[in-house]
Amino acid sequence: MTVSNHFGFLDEYAKKEIRRTTLKAIAIPGYQVPYSSREMPMGRGFGTGGLQLTLSLLGKGETLKVIDQGSDDSVNAVNLRNFIEMTCSGVDTTTSTSEADVIQSRHRIPEKDLREDQLLILQVPYPDPLIIVEASENKRKTLHGEADYSRLLVKLYEDIVKYDEITISHRYPTRINDHYVIDPSPIPRWDVPKLHQSPALVLLGAGREKKIYAVPPYTKAEPLAFEDVPFRVENFTNKKGQRRSCQRCHCTTSFLDEFVDSKSGEKIYQCSDSDWCNEQIANRTAMSDIESISNTIESVEVANG
Amino acid sequence: MGYVAIKGGGQAIEGTKDVYDYLRTRQSDNTQPLDSKTIENQLRLLHSRVISEGGVYHPQLASLAIKQAQGDTLEAAFALRAYRSTQPRLVETPVLDTKKMRVTRRISSAFKDIPGGQMLGATTDYQLRLMHMELLNESKEQFRDVTKALLERTNIDDIPDTFPKVLDSLRQEGLLPEIDNTSQEQIPFDITRAPLVFPVPRSAALATMARAEQGSLLAIAYSNMRGYGDVHPTVAELRVGFLPVLLPHPITGELTEVGEVEMTECEVVAMYEGSEGNDDDKKSTFTLGYGACFGHNEVKAISMAILDRALQKGMKEEPDNPSEDPEFVLLHVDGIDSMGFCTHYKMPHYVTFQSDMDRLRATQQKQTNKESI
Repeated sequence: MTVSNHFGFLDEYAKKEIRRTTLKAIAIPGYQVPYSSREMPMGRGFGTGGLQLTLSLLGKGETLKVIDQGSDDSVNAVNLRNFIEMTCSGVDTTTSTSEADVIQSRHRIPEKDLREDQLLILQVPYPDPLIIVEASENKRKTLHGEADYSRLLVKLYEDIVKYDEITISHRYPTRINDHYVIDPSPIPRWDVPKLHQSPALVLLGAGREKKIYAVPPYTKAEPLAFEDVPFRVENFTNKKGQRRSCQRCHCTTSFLDEFVDSKSGEKIYQCSDSDWCNEQIANRTAMSDIESISNTIESVEVANG
Repeated sequence: MGYVAIKGGGQAIEGTKDVYDYLRTRQSDNTQPLDSKTIENQLRLLHSRVISEGGVYHPQLASLAIKQAQGDTLEAAFALRAYRSTQPRLVETPVLDTKKMRVTRRISSAFKDIPGGQMLGATTDYQLRLMHMELLNESKEQFRDVTKALLERTNIDDIPDTFPKVLDSLRQEGLLPEIDNTSQEQIPFDITRAPLVFPVPRSAALATMARAEQGSLLAIAYSNMRGYGDVHPTVAELRVGFLPVLLPHPITGELTEVGEVEMTECEVVAMYEGSEGNDDDKKSTFTLGYGACFGHNEVKAISMAILDRALQKGMKEEPDNPSEDPEFVLLHVDGIDSMGFCTHYKMPHYVTFQSDMDRLRATQQKQTNKESI
């Protein structure tokens, strides 16, 4: 198998175009900037928009983390990371959120707060939140320009009338900097508040739909809601009203995956963010180590009188 | 209890490659690996299709793509496209004149007798689709005999290199609009370097369709043919052949032939329309649809020509049906896009599904509460 020897796979003209598009996207928060979007050697829909951003922005000596569904070891994350390692010599990869300079992700924002010096790249299948109410891109462009999101609000209202609930589960329409409403990519509602005033720059890339948009650092990001029906994230309380915890690290503040134990047939919950989960376990072990050390010191002191 | 759901991705991916390649190579005795020329010749039309949808004229890599994709046209075209992403665009050819095409086949369904004559060439149009059992056991000798017989029967000197275009004679008779050089787009839209932002120029539509997935293009064109539209085309000319590619000489700047590409070109004539009729005291003329693609691919070229005509109407007025709607046609005919998005549904969607369940349970809970009141 031969891959282009060129750093970052894409030719330099392509990277330059993506960087310019990115600058424009940052300058107009939430505006979907069209770009030509090259074909990547992986499927359109597998994160080619995010990948093109990563390949254009990543430099030698930087550290990259790739996650899918919160996990570094998900098939698609592995595939993307392998490809980037193959084409970007001098780039390190990590599974640790805090060690990464650039994080490319599908469907999740890491649980751990990101810093100003970090960059989050989200893979986007549908860049336009208006697509659920208007099929024509040309017409949607006008609606965005006029910040006319009335039909989206009507859709939310109709949901409440029909189901007593807003039925949008993920890809929750979010207004950026008081104007453009974006599709924040298929992150759960749980992750949407992390976009608001985020210290890290968030870039969103849709390869197949050929759009790049951004939530710049410290920018307002407000999910659409009504005064009397506030925005709500996923509910992880059990029937007794207790917050469920991760069966592995016992964290009660993270987004949980639900699955059925193949042996017992019972429903179990586990952190979706695998790095977060590992860190909780490591912290707890460290804490108990410190405790046991201080206990030892105490007992030694007691013995020494 | 490990993270059974999505752990071990790396190993699993490696395994899929091995088993995929095993299926290609398992017939180890009494077989020969396919070489690229064999694919180019014996699977000629498959090769044409891939080179056209891949959008880069590289016969050897097209063969390789077919081989590694195990004959899947979408995958093969995809590999070619991804290869193209690594290549810079260095020069542009001038607009090439298809009159100069070295024609291997050309027909017109508008006239029985066309200038230069009909030349049927290689086609299955009038073949009976019966199983050719004799091909089950072929030998190299039989291959040679086929070639020999054809060359003995054919007087090569009788075949002209080029043919006049049928449209030119229609134009001379005043049945077609004159070529309006002033309204022509001076620089054709390059879909590989700029995104489609609607409304798009006609050249962008043509370029998108030229590398479109054949089945998708045919399906939308067929909807127009059947009645979701009213192009009612007549094939003025369909030609297949090799088009000389000209580039400026690096030193003298003079246009020089650098090679040729096999192409299929189709021009359809459609009925005139009222709105185009009596404008500015001009006489009514027929209208045109144009289709062209790499390789020998007649269904694609005809479908494209019909859609070009339908889209011209849709660009001028409001589209009356899907085949006249530029967004609908141009954003749904690319095979790399559509197959990519279709296959992506196989990837993990655990998080979004978790979110979906949350909404459904909340809704169900509210419904239960209501019932109990």
